Order: sequence, then structure tokens, then C-alpha cells
Amino acid sequence: MSETGTALGQVALLAALLVLTVPFLGRGLAATYSPGGRHLGAERVAYRVLRVDPDADQHWRSYVGAVLGFSLVGVLALYALGRLQQHLPYSLGFPALPADGAWNTAVSFVTNTNWQWYSGEAATGHLYQATGLAVQNFLSAAVGMAVAAAFVRGLARRRTGEGDGAGRVGNFWADLVRTTVRVLLPMALLLAVVLAVLGVVQNLHDPQAVTTLTGGQQSIAGGPVASQEAIKQLGTNGGGFYNANSAHPFENPGPISNLLATYAMLVIPFALAWAFGIMAGDRRQGGAVLAVMAVLFATSVALLTWAEMAGPGQAPQLAGGAMEGKEQRFGLAATALWAATTTGTSTGAVNGMHDSLTAPGGGIAMFNMMLGEVIPGGVGSGLYGMLVLAVVTVFISGLMVGRTPEYLGKRIGQREIVLVAGYVLTTPTLVLVGGALALTTADGLAGLQASGPHGLSEAVYAVASASNNNGSAFAGLTSGTPFWNSLLGTCMLLGRFVPIVLVLALAGRFARQGVRPPSSGTLPTHRPLFVVLLAGVTLVLVGLTYVPVLALGPIAESLS
Amino acid sequence: MSASTPGAGTGVLTVPQLTEALPGALRKLDPRELLATPVMLVVEVGAAVTTVLAVLDPSTLGWTVTVWLWLTVVFGTLAESVAEGRGKAQAASLRELQTETPARRRVPDGGTEEVSSTALRAGDVVVVAAGERIPGDGDVVEGVASVDESAVTGESAPVIRESGGDRSAVTGGTVVLSDEIVVRISSEPGHSFVDRMIALVEGSERQRTPNEVALNVLLSALTVVFIVVVGTLWAFADYSDVDLSPTVLVALLVCLIPTTIGALLSAIGIAGMDRLVRRNVLAMSGRAVEAAGDVDVLLLDKTGTITHGNRRASELLALDGVGAEELERAALLASLADETPEGRSIVDLVGLVGGERRVPDGAAFVEFSATTRMSGVDVGDREVRKGAASAVTEWVGERSAQLDALVERISASGGTPLVVAEKVGGRARLLGVVHLKDVVKDGIRERFEEMRAMGIRTVMITGDNRVTAEAIAREAGVDDVLAEATPEDKLALIRREQEGGRMVAMCGDGTNDAPALAQADVGVAMNTGTTAAKEAGNMVDLDSDPTKLIDVVEIGKQLLITRGALTTFSVANDVAKYFAILPALFLGTFPQLDVLNVMRLSTPESAIASAVIFNALVIVLLIPLSLRGVAWTPSTASALLQRNLLVYGLGGLVAPFVGIKLIDLVVSLVPGL
Repeated sequence: MSETGTALGQVALLAALLVLTVPFLGRGLAATYSPGGRHLGAERVAYRVLRVDPDADQHWRSYVGAVLGFSLVGVLALYALGRLQQHLPYSLGFPALPADGAWNTAVSFVTNTNWQWYSGEAATGHLYQATGLAVQNFLSAAVGMAVAAAFVRGLARRRTGEGDGAGRVGNFWADLVRTTVRVLLPMALLLAVVLAVLGVVQNLHDPQAVTTLTGGQQSIAGGPVASQEAIKQLGTNGGGFYNANSAHPFENPGPISNLLATYAMLVIPFALAWAFGIMAGDRRQGGAVLAVMAVLFATSVALLTWAEMAGPGQAPQLAGGAMEGKEQRFGLAATALWAATTTGTSTGAVNGMHDSLTAPGGGIAMFNMMLGEVIPGGVGSGLYGMLVLAVVTVFISGLMVGRTPEYLGKRIGQREIVLVAGYVLTTPTLVLVGGALALTTADGLAGLQASGPHGLSEAVYAVASASNNNGSAFAGLTSGTPFWNSLLGTCMLLGRFVPIVLVLALAGRFARQGVRPPSSGTLPTHRPLFVVLLAGVTLVLVGLTYVPVLALGPIAESLS
Repeated sequence: MSASTPGAGTGVLTVPQLTEALPGALRKLDPRELLATPVMLVVEVGAAVTTVLAVLDPSTLGWTVTVWLWLTVVFGTLAESVAEGRGKAQAASLRELQTETPARRRVPDGGTEEVSSTALRAGDVVVVAAGERIPGDGDVVEGVASVDESAVTGESAPVIRESGGDRSAVTGGTVVLSDEIVVRISSEPGHSFVDRMIALVEGSERQRTPNEVALNVLLSALTVVFIVVVGTLWAFADYSDVDLSPTVLVALLVCLIPTTIGALLSAIGIAGMDRLVRRNVLAMSGRAVEAAGDVDVLLLDKTGTITHGNRRASELLALDGVGAEELERAALLASLADETPEGRSIVDLVGLVGGERRVPDGAAFVEFSATTRMSGVDVGDREVRKGAASAVTEWVGERSAQLDALVERISASGGTPLVVAEKVGGRARLLGVVHLKDVVKDGIRERFEEMRAMGIRTVMITGDNRVTAEAIAREAGVDDVLAEATPEDKLALIRREQEGGRMVAMCGDGTNDAPALAQADVGVAMNTGTTAAKEAGNMVDLDSDPTKLIDVVEIGKQLLITRGALTTFSVANDVAKYFAILPALFLGTFPQLDVLNVMRLSTPESAIASAVIFNALVIVLLIPLSLRGVAWTPSTASALLQRNLLVYGLGGLVAPFVGIKLIDLVVSLVPGL
């Protein structure tokens, strides 16, 4: 089969898988987040251990408190695990992580970023990976989905109570536990078994010493890979067991596991958009949001695949293909599809080195993250990010129909727009200030491998990845230094929790409002015109923010 | 008042208008004044920075950018100043009403004392005789008088003001033409209706409306984003060995921040209020104007709004055996002396078909009375009567199945049947029926269809019974009817709609309308109404025309549409500006970026200057549009969005490519650019 055929075939297969399963999963997610219902046995145990009342309807402030408190505990626990590694079982003899590194990794996994400054197999033992990182893979994903559920509830609800009681958005603990028990655990278990069958390793062995064909000695690290791999993709985490991440054959043995992993990254974010429509009581609204995500994602896949297969630049032309840094067993198309998927979702797992993508291909990967992780984005964060953009779109263009802007019958007034403005400002500020800091300090510049536009791309890619909680690396950057660990850790922390606080506050504002019934005078937010508009506003806003930097990095490199 | 301003409402900028507005515009350059519009404050700070740089290191580009940045700020303040100027003339004529007048205040012993009008407090009671000026706002508590209110309303015909009822409110400064009235003053000095009007038309008391504030927040956020973009750009440029001068960075910043909408935002708001004033509607707050655009339900009084307000004869139906002409003559005869609107309408109708209007000699007219419920005329031995069906049938002493059927049909259609009969020499017979009906105003049906397209439901309020009300409603094309309505019903309806999340507009004049006017999101009080009604509503219509409510809604929508259109235009403009400026900035280090110079601008300097000049000029070009408001036709939100996106979204993307290129062609002729 020709390479174009392969490219189209895998995209068609992926699309078919998604079309078949997204509505089904979306229904399940909507049911999970609908109030009331029975608590499962495992859930009741969890609530008793946490000493919480899962039926209490929380005010948005107390929801925020629960999210931040829970995440803080996660960071502290993970930090402790990393710093005390040498004293714990299954450490494989690895020493404690350095302070800045342990903090960076703790933040990284709790924020669903999963940026890794270290090589998994060369710095961390099985206990840290399985009870620290893998657990956070579940929990950080569940936190993101819980926040999205709370936001959608705020949008869909009619006036909740009066006075101080107004602005209730659901129960964080119920959302967290239900997401984990009913969605993530069963899906991850299923996927882990399939991956293990496909050849992904799953054991608790120490590294095995083998003698290679040439007689050399090699240490082969095994471990609980399949179990971690499944949630790594499903929860759009992306932190690999091995440094090579999904380019490593133990994590991603072949084309089928590769396609399955790609699917796993996309299915929950898309399904959440569908669930949003159901929860909002109007499936067409969910369809419109899903369509925006899908259109932008498909465009990015097409452009990235074109960039890699056309292979512009001197080296690929001479070599007959842009295969540097890519796995032979996947080929160009699957690597390009993966790159678009991992950056379009906030996963950040890689099956090839993004540093080796062609200049335009790397630029697209970077741009995907700069969109704010919304096509379809991280689990939860993708949905609330896109919904905030929908609010911006409604506000700018909704005035043109001659009414105070409203989304799903909720008015967007001054207080709402202050929160939205804060959200829109946060990540660009982190990326641009962080990038500027990295490129003007000796410590920052020390981490760069390349110079010129490519070096700029390395630095900007890293801060964009951290601030948007993606976690993929452009590679080439040596980030395990105190400067980079601190900078990127700060970007991850602020890039995750500032938007979450603003989104929940916005949910509270919306929840206390009544719902204005739609009429022919209301701006329709479910029609193709709105889909085009929302996609346009997303592209223009992000474009206007990042084009100067992109011009000095990937654009200058592409055109040289 | 509106008629006195030449060129009112046209929105065309004239040179005198500009020169008059210039001093005000320059005063507004005070940075403290600009704090309210952060976008323009950033431009001013940028202009100050480039001025210093141009002085220290003079260059053609430096001075060009500096001059045009200052012009950008001035154009912005000029827009606001022009908008305010349009209210100044009106304020001046209103001030004349405020001259101090002597007032005769009642004292406890029943006599009066002479005091100055400025000494009057709320609750004082004054006596005003013919030829005197009413010294303050208040309600007539005794007497009836004709009053000349032309200074306030522009309407030259005098109006009647009387104690009690719904026509008791008088405005300070208006003149009593006949009779004498006693007025209880209702406002404190300096807080009268005219004072408020002056403040409104001058814009001095202008408070930002909620949506304007929200939009300002978003524009400020965009400004901050671009400050971060430009502020960090030097670092990225420095790394890339690109040399960027601060002047160029400021130019880039100003081109990117939403200056177009930032400069015009307050002008749009002032002009929106002004458009209302020009239609003789005074909004007590800008919030009400915005709310008008949001209205979901319009409560309209049937009488005066939907129908002409009186029953008019629409057709004559003769019984079998009676000639059409015979009935016409009889009906005409019975109505010739009838001065009621119904009677006159019969004369008008028959007159149309050529009846004779001459009163026969020796005719004795019989007045309508509540007991007979008939009126008519006696000529010799001929008696002609018209009246309620039951009364006339009884007078005749016989029934007719055909008549009963006709009466039934007319009643069912919402009309009023008036039976005509005659008695000649003691022999009585029924002649036929006059069909009286409420006549729906021309064009009102089309207005309601427009409202429906915009998603606004119209509800007709009437004291009529359900059958009558529904018949009129069908004819006028309203969506719903509140028949046999009491003020309490109105209030309950408003509450119900609001609980369903809808916004309600209504108009009213009586004191018993006050609670509903206060409850409604938009309450337009008639100027002829009571003080209580005027205080309760958030708008006053000086013409007392209830149909204005529809105009008010359209003006509110136009205000919001104008803001949205210019915001979209402003943001869309940035794309082209990037294509102009970015290649120019980086070309020295990365010659390959020249492919982005899609406009093929002659030099980097010229590209930067052209973008800055375009940015400033576009503000001036859009001042008339922001004053006039965007042209629109009432239609569904989808249709409006599609059209406006095409014009202002796509137009905003394309226009600057053309504009900047044209400016570049001129600017490139300047040496040094």
C-alpha cells in the first residue's frame, strides 16, 4: 500500500472507531455526572475514608477548595515518594530524586501535564511509578473531568438558591470518585489487558541483564508498563514509563497498539463534548462544540501529515523522507497522526521525537498546544477550555444580533467577562513571559541544544507544553536543571490551577442565573455558522498572540 | 425640540461639528480622563514614549509614527466630543426653561405668598394662573387648565392638565394658557425633570451601561495580552539577533490593541441615547436602553397602540326588504347630530358612499341616555333610532331572526352592532345594523411580524372582553392577549414572564400602571401621565405615543449591534496589520519572511507607517457610523449574524489589506520612509 493510502486508511479507521464509541461513552459520562443515583459499594467505601458527604451540593468556592486541597495533598505525597525513594521497596536501588526534580515531577503529574525531565527507567523505581505516577494519572484526569462536569452543570442549571446559597455546582468528591470508579478504572483495565496481549510488558521485575548479538551486556528494564500505559493515554497524561515514551517497543509494540493508543487519547475528550450536549439538555450544543474540535483537529492532522510526508528541507530531501527521530515500524503517517493527537489532546506522549519533525510539522504541533489544548484537549480541560472560548465568541459576535450576549440562556455580563478575560490571559502570559525568561538568562539558554530559530522553538515548545499542561517535549532541551525544573513547574502549576479556579467561579456565576428561553432573537450556538465562528475566533485569538514568536521560530525555519 | 437641530439623526459629520468638538476633544487628552478607556490610555502613553524617542533620535519614521499616534488618540476623543456636542444645542434650549420665576405659594391660612421658584421644596402647593409659568414639577391638585408644553415636547398644540385622573402631571417651565390650577410640587430644586433632561442630553451624567463595561473589560484584557506579546517580543527578538527599536514596538502594540472600538465605544453609547432623545424619548439610564434591545415580551395597550382607540363604523348591513340606500339615509340621519366618535364615524362612512349631509328642517334630536341606550332624530312623524340591539328591538316591538344572526356575527367578530330602526306614523320597522369596530392601525401588523422575527412576543393588553380582544388580536397579528385586564393582572403577567427568564417592556400612563412600569425591565411612561407613572418607568415618551415602544426596542438593538460590529471589525483588522508589520520587523535577520509581505509594501519603514496611519484613519472614517448606528433590518438572529459577520467580520479582514496598500503607495513617496 502506498504511504498516502496508509495515511488515509489509519485516519479512516480511527474516525470510524471514534464515531462508533463517542456517543455511547458520552451518554455514559452524562449519566455519571447526573445528580443523585445509587452509590456503588466501592464508592461508599471511598466516601467513608474521605469522610465526605457525596450528596451535598457544593458552592463553587467549596468545590474550588476541594480541588485545590486534594491536589495539594497529591503534590505533597508524590514529592515525598520521590524524595524518600531510596528507603522504599521496589526502588530498584535508585537514589532519591533531587528536590527541584521531585517537585517538578510531583507538580507535573498532579497537573495532568506529565512533563518528564528524567528518564523513567533510569531514575525511578516500580513503587514510585505504580503508586505515585500511575495513581496520579487516574486522579489528575478525574480532577479535570470533575471540573468540566461542574462547569457544564453551572451552565445547564437554573438559579440555584438565593443569597449565599446561590452558585452551587455539584459535589467534587462524588465527581472525582465516580469518574475514577465508573469511567477511568474499567476503561484502563480493558485497555491494559488488550495492550498486554499486543505485547506491552507488565511485570515487577528488576532489570534483566542480557547479552546482545555482538556480545555486549545490556540491562533491559521491565515493569508495570501496560497498566500505566493504558491510563497514560486515556487520561491524556502522557508520562511514559520509559524515557522514549511510546516510541519504546515495550510501551508501543506495533501499528495496532499505536492506533489503539491514538484512539485512547481522543475518545474521552470527544465524548465529554457529547456529554456536554446531553447535560445541557440540547444535544446540538454538544454536537457544535464537538464539531469545532473535530474540524480543527482534522485540519491539524492533515497539515502535519502533509508536512512530514512532503518532507521539506534539505536533509529529508536527500534522505528520501523525514525519517530522522521517527520509528520505522510506525512510518511517517502514523507518527504525524500521533504528533497531532498528542498535542491536540493534552497528552504529550510521543512515538517519535518532535524535535525531529519537519519545521512546519513542529510548528503545527506547537500551535496545537498554543490553542490552549482544546482540539479536543485534555480530559475535562479540553471541554471547559473550548466552552470558555465559546463564551468569548458569543460575547464578541453575539452583540451583532442586537442582544446582550448569552450562552445557553446565561447572560455574559461584567463579572462573567472578568473571569473569562482572566482565563484567556493566563496561559499566553505564562508562555510568553516564561519563554522570554528562558531565552534571556544564561541558565535558560544553557538547556538549549540548537541555536537560531530551532533553539527558540525548543524553549518556546517547552514552556508552551508546560503552561498548557501538555507535557510533550520537543527534545533537544536539557530540562533537568534547577532553572528549567522551577520555570516549567511554575508554568504547569499556574497553567492548571488558575484556569480551574476561574472556570469554577464562572460556573458559580452561571449557576446562580436563571435560564433565558431561546427564541428566534437568540444567537444560535448549534448551527454550522457558529461552528465556523468559534473555530475562527479560536484561531485568530491564538494566532494574534503567538504569531510573532512563531515567526521567529518555526515559520522562519520553515521558510529558510 | 428635535426639530430645532438641523441635520438631526443623519449622522453625517460636518466641518463645523468637528471644529466645535475639537476643544472638547483636546481637553479629553488629560490622562485622568482616559482612565475610563484603557485602550486609548495605552495609545497615549505610547505616543508620549515615541515623542521622547523622536526628540532624542529624530528620524522620519519616528516622527511619522509619533504624529499619527497622537492623531489616533485625538480621533478617539474627537468621536466622543462630537457625540456629546449633538446634545449641547438641546441642553441650551432646555436651560431657558430654568430661569427663575416668581411663584405663589399657599400658606396654611389659605392665602398665598410670593416666593422664588428656586425656593420651592417638594410638597409645597402653588397657584398658577393663565399666562404664568409653572414654577416646578408637580401634580395638579385643583382645577383644570390648558398648558403650553412646547418647550419640552416640541408639540405646539396646548394640552389639558387637570386634577385627579391620569393627566395631572405638569412640568416646571411650561406655561399655563387658560384658567387657573393648583399644583403640588414634587421635585426638589436641581432635581427636576428638566434638570435630568439636560444632564442626559449633555451626557454629563452618563454612566457606563453594563454591557459597555463588560466590553471594556474584554478590550482591556486584549490590550494586556498584546502588551505581553509586544513586551516579551524584544526578548525573542534579542535572542534571534533581530534589532527592534522601541518606536517600532510601540507602533506594533498600538496597531494590535483594539483601538478602533476602544476609541468609538463611548461615542456609540452617547449616540444611542441621543437617538432616543431625537425621537422624544428620554431614558433615565443607559441601562434601560440596553435592556430595550434584550426585550423578549412587549406588553402593548390595545387602545392607541394597536387600534386608533375608538370604534368606527366599518359597514352597514341592511335587512331583507330594506334598500341599502334607505339604511344609509336612516343611519346618517340618526347620526348627524351625534358628536360621539361612533356617530361621526357613521357620518364619515356614509359620506364616503355619497350620502347627503344636510340636516332637514324641523329635526329634533334625541340624545343618547343610559336608560334608553338609543339616540336618533325625529322629523315630522318619522322617528329614526340607532342603538344597542336589545334597546332598539324593544322600541320597535318585534324581533327578526335575520337581525339576531347579524348581531351575533358582529359580536363574535369582536365588533359592536348598532341597530337602526324607524317609526313612521306609529308603524315601526327594523332597517339594519351598523358594524362598529376597532380599527387596527395601518402597518402595525408588519411591525409585529418584524418583532416576531426578532424573537419578541407581543401581548395585547385590553379591558375588552375575551371575544372582542381576540378578534382584534387576530387582525393585528399579536401573539397573545390579556383581556379584561386590571393593573394587577398586568403586574402578575410581567412577574410570570420574568420568572420564566424573559424580559418585559411596557408603556403606561396612569398611577395604577406605576407598579407594573416599575416591575417591567423597560417601562416607558407617557409624558401626559401622572408623576407616579413617570417616576416608576425608566423612560418617558414626550410625545405620549405608545407605539414608540417598538422604536425603543429597535434603538436598543441597534446600539448593541453597532458595538458588536465595530468590535468584530477591530479584531479582524489585526490579521492584516500583522502581515504588514511582522515581515517589516524581522526582514533584516530573516529575509525569507518576505513571502509574508503579501501586500508587497515598498519598505519596512513604509509598512510600519502605513499600518499606523491606517489604524488612525479608520477611526475617523467610522465616526459617522458609530454616531448613526449600523444600518439593519429587523430579522432573525441567524440572519443578522450572517449579514453582519459578512460585512464587519469578513470586511474587517479584507479592508485593511486594501487600505494599508493604498496608504503605502502614497507614503512610499515620502523620502526616508
